[in-house]
Amino acid sequence: MFENLSLLTLQHYWWIIVSLLGSALVFLMFVQGGQTLIYTLGKNDKERTMLVNSLGRKWEFTFTTLVTFGGAFFASFPLFYATSFGGAYWVWMIILLAFVIQAVSYEFRSKAGNFLGAKVYEGFLFINGLFGTVLIGTAVATFFTGSQFSLNDLNQVNWEGPARGLEAALNIRNIALGFSVFFLARILAILYFMNNIDNDAIFIRSRKHLWINTIPFLIAFLFFLTMLLVKDGFAVDPDSKMVSMEKYKYLHNLLEMPVILVMLLIGVAGVLFGIIRALIKKTTIGIWFTGPGTILTVLALFLIAGFNNTAFYPSTFDLQSSLTIENASSSKFTLTVMSYVSLLVPVVVAYIWYAWRSMNRKQITQEELSKEDHVY
Amino acid sequence: MLQSIDWSLVDWSRAQFALTAMYHWLFVPLTLGITWILAIMETIYVKTGDPEWKRLTKFWMKLFGINFAIGVATGIILEFEFGTNWSNYSWFVGDIFGAPLAVEGIMAFFMESTFIAIMFFGWNKVSKKFHLASTWLTAIGANLSALWILVANAWMQSPVGTQFNPDTARNEMTNFFDVLFSPVAVNKFLHTIGSGFVLAAIFIIGISAWFLLKKRESRLAFRSITIAAILGLLASVHLVLTGDGSAKRVAEVQPMKLAAMEGLYDGKEGAGLVGFGILAAKEKREAETGEEFIFKFEMPKVLSWMAYGDANHFVAGVNDFKNGNPERGILSIPEKMQRGGIARQALDDYKRAKASGDTARADSLKGLFSDPEFLENNFKYFGYGFHDDVNYFIPHVPITFYSFHIMVILGFGFVLYFLIFLFFASRGELQKRKFWLRLAPWVIPLPYIASQAGWVVAELGRQPWTIQDLLPTVAAVTRIDSGSVIVTFILFALTFTVLAIAEVKIMLSAIKTGPKNEGGTR
Ligand code: HDD
Ligand code: HEM
Ligand code: HEM
Repeated sequence: MFENLSLLTLQHYWWIIVSLLGSALVFLMFVQGGQTLIYTLGKNDKERTMLVNSLGRKWEFTFTTLVTFGGAFFASFPLFYATSFGGAYWVWMIILLAFVIQAVSYEFRSKAGNFLGAKVYEGFLFINGLFGTVLIGTAVATFFTGSQFSLNDLNQVNWEGPARGLEAALNIRNIALGFSVFFLARILAILYFMNNIDNDAIFIRSRKHLWINTIPFLIAFLFFLTMLLVKDGFAVDPDSKMVSMEKYKYLHNLLEMPVILVMLLIGVAGVLFGIIRALIKKTTIGIWFTGPGTILTVLALFLIAGFNNTAFYPSTFDLQSSLTIENASSSKFTLTVMSYVSLLVPVVVAYIWYAWRSMNRKQITQEELSKEDHVY
Repeated sequence: MLQSIDWSLVDWSRAQFALTAMYHWLFVPLTLGITWILAIMETIYVKTGDPEWKRLTKFWMKLFGINFAIGVATGIILEFEFGTNWSNYSWFVGDIFGAPLAVEGIMAFFMESTFIAIMFFGWNKVSKKFHLASTWLTAIGANLSALWILVANAWMQSPVGTQFNPDTARNEMTNFFDVLFSPVAVNKFLHTIGSGFVLAAIFIIGISAWFLLKKRESRLAFRSITIAAILGLLASVHLVLTGDGSAKRVAEVQPMKLAAMEGLYDGKEGAGLVGFGILAAKEKREAETGEEFIFKFEMPKVLSWMAYGDANHFVAGVNDFKNGNPERGILSIPEKMQRGGIARQALDDYKRAKASGDTARADSLKGLFSDPEFLENNFKYFGYGFHDDVNYFIPHVPITFYSFHIMVILGFGFVLYFLIFLFFASRGELQKRKFWLRLAPWVIPLPYIASQAGWVVAELGRQPWTIQDLLPTVAAVTRIDSGSVIVTFILFALTFTVLAIAEVKIMLSAIKTGPKNEGGTR
């Protein structure tokens, strides 16, 4: 079935899959956001334990999604993997370290003999929550702002920025997306706690902090979005494959692909609706709007970065080295094989859904935790 | 391409990869083995309804959870390291190599992480049957992840099912099933899974023996030892058999590695297998007498038989590869360097012709890369064209030799060890065998050593190749200042060491606490 598709169609299909994984990842980073709120929302050990356990049952999904996002990107657009990871070395290394220390923290935090003490593991969780979100947002922003690299005729990368990627963090537009992701992750976390934990004190504090995080999120995100719509973009000529700068490229992309425009609008509306509803009413369902809204919004951003003859990983040093979904992709054969594998994704989603439905029927309470024997 | 390669960069990048891989491998094998054992114990619980089995399952499950977390932490670095530190490699082979990694994520990691959650948190929330199924699925998921990553690794040892595309300057996959079912991959998977089983069994016996000595939880300890010894015995026999299979595959696809494993410098017919020995220093070996060993214990003809199934078969030595052996049809390294150089030159010429618009020349050069003769005579040695020092293409013989022999000796030792425990257990004498009970906890590090040694053989023995004969480490590495790699190396070394210390301490304290009484709180 996939054999009959053209290479270009397969490339589009894989860009959509990678984008979906990326947007699912941003949504699931509510775990990271929550990790920065443990002390803000939890005022005593019992409350903090509830918060940590509520996150602790989900962190693996975020982590696994990140890993799968990496693997899928490697398989479908290996030139991106080689160029970005090898080039922006330091950004990725810091992100990785932040995830390494997260992975042990839940399991080790409350265990006897844990060597560093609970506070240190909580510190690890905070670091992961801060750097993980801000730097991943920053890295994604370079899809629109570009990086300084060149490729030789054997497609080997030379990175021209001596800071190996850290220079991206000096660009205000990249930072804006970084902070948008950070505050959005916190908002999602708050909505998730309101939904997942049955505790009045936490609920009330959550609503208060929803305000506090929504305002900076809106400022950062609207700044980024405006910047994006008015900025020049990296256009690819469909025939000659030459890359050039085009005025209002990303705005054009939205207008020329109305489906994505609608997706973006619904997404942003969903994000805001969930927040507003939770602000004005004592509801637990905000997450059901803001979560999917996040996925749609991020998906739309990824799609305008790669579709409609746009270079998704542009080089500002040498425009012609920019990566497009055409020149960075795997061969047709590999994409075909991988497309068959992608048919498993719905199965995976289905069993995750089923497993969690059978586990998550009740909210977390102190009473439940005291009966549980695997407590973080 | 290698205008200004900084050698310390290659070495540090290798060191960093080895460090992270070896740390990962400290934790992974226990997961691979113990998840099956958990599943078996829980099955007995569900079948018999005896709550003691549940208690037992939960105890080992707790230790598994501690180990699992740090296994995950070390894994993520590895995956991204292919991009960060081996970026040229990631492009050169990403078309093939990325696929197993992605399949691993989609198929295995999600399965493992979903059902592990049910395993840990679902005791009171889902039905017994569903819980049991989750435990089995966790084991299957963990072992599936091993399958895919080992397929990827096996492909690097024996690159099959691919073709080079001069336009993109990379290898492209032509047959997925050739990659998946390559004999090297199948064998590697079976051997590695087996090593996880053996390691988990020895881990369980060691800890249970301690409980027996302390006269705590004697019944649970006895059950654990019995199960572990039975499974361990089977697995250790399997390990010896698949180890032999591995050696046969190595003889086939990486004969230089085989020579290094056996410390065989000059090839011979009817070569003997060195049971153990001490290699002579280089000067001595190269002196007139040419003695390779100071001392050795050798089983005549066994190597020829083991590697080729024929006691008189010729086994080539390091020098045969280095200097060539026309009689046996072995090309010398300089000859390969020259042939590989031609292939590289053809690629450069092709790029130049294309850039200058000389289409006729470009077409004819491009044709070379699908010409069977050129592929067989030149492209096959592509990687040799990256360096002009013969010694660069020879792996470190002593390290490979000693690692291999440590693994093999321990491997046979483990068979005996399980037999002894099974014998005592079957006669109900465990309690009385104080010597063995005291010994058992100290045996726990040995399978870890064997297992690490195995990877050292597999990875160091194939130096300098990242992709056998096609891509040496110098050409695979990311061009970055070595200072950055040194800093990340130190960061990782510190982080992992601190986390590993924490892990061991938590583990010890959980063991001292012992199995919990059902119904109690934490
Ligand atoms: C408990 C651990 C353990 C034990 C007791 C053994 N092995 Fe092993 N061996 C491994 C754990 C291991 C491993 C960690 O799983 C390796 C590393 C790479 C691989 O594929 O498996 C390995 C690799 C490996 C290789 C290299 C494969 C390659 O280069 O691709 C050979 C030839 C053998 N083994 C042979 C043996 C033999 C003949 C054994 C005899 C008793 C033996 N091993 C016991
Ligand atoms: C977890 C078990 C593993 C261990 C303990 C291990 C060990 C090592 C060691 C010791 C080296 C350094 C060799 C040297 O540079 O001299 C190395 C290198 C390397 N290994 Fe592994 N390895 C493992 C699994 C894998 C797997 C599964 C893959 C691929 C999927 C892999 C790919 C590589 C690569 C790319 C290098 C760097 C290139 C090289 O130096 O050869 N390794 N590994
Ligand atoms: C160098 C190559 C390797 C890479 C890139 C790699 C990658 C990873 C990653 C990213 C994880 C975390 C997954 C998660 O989110 O749960 C992980 C965990 C795991 N890996 Fe590896 N891995 C490598 C080598 C191996 C080998 C050789 C095996 C087994 C033969 C293995 C088996 C496992 C298992 C069972 C886990 C689950 C976590 C655990 O229990 O330790 N990996 N690996």
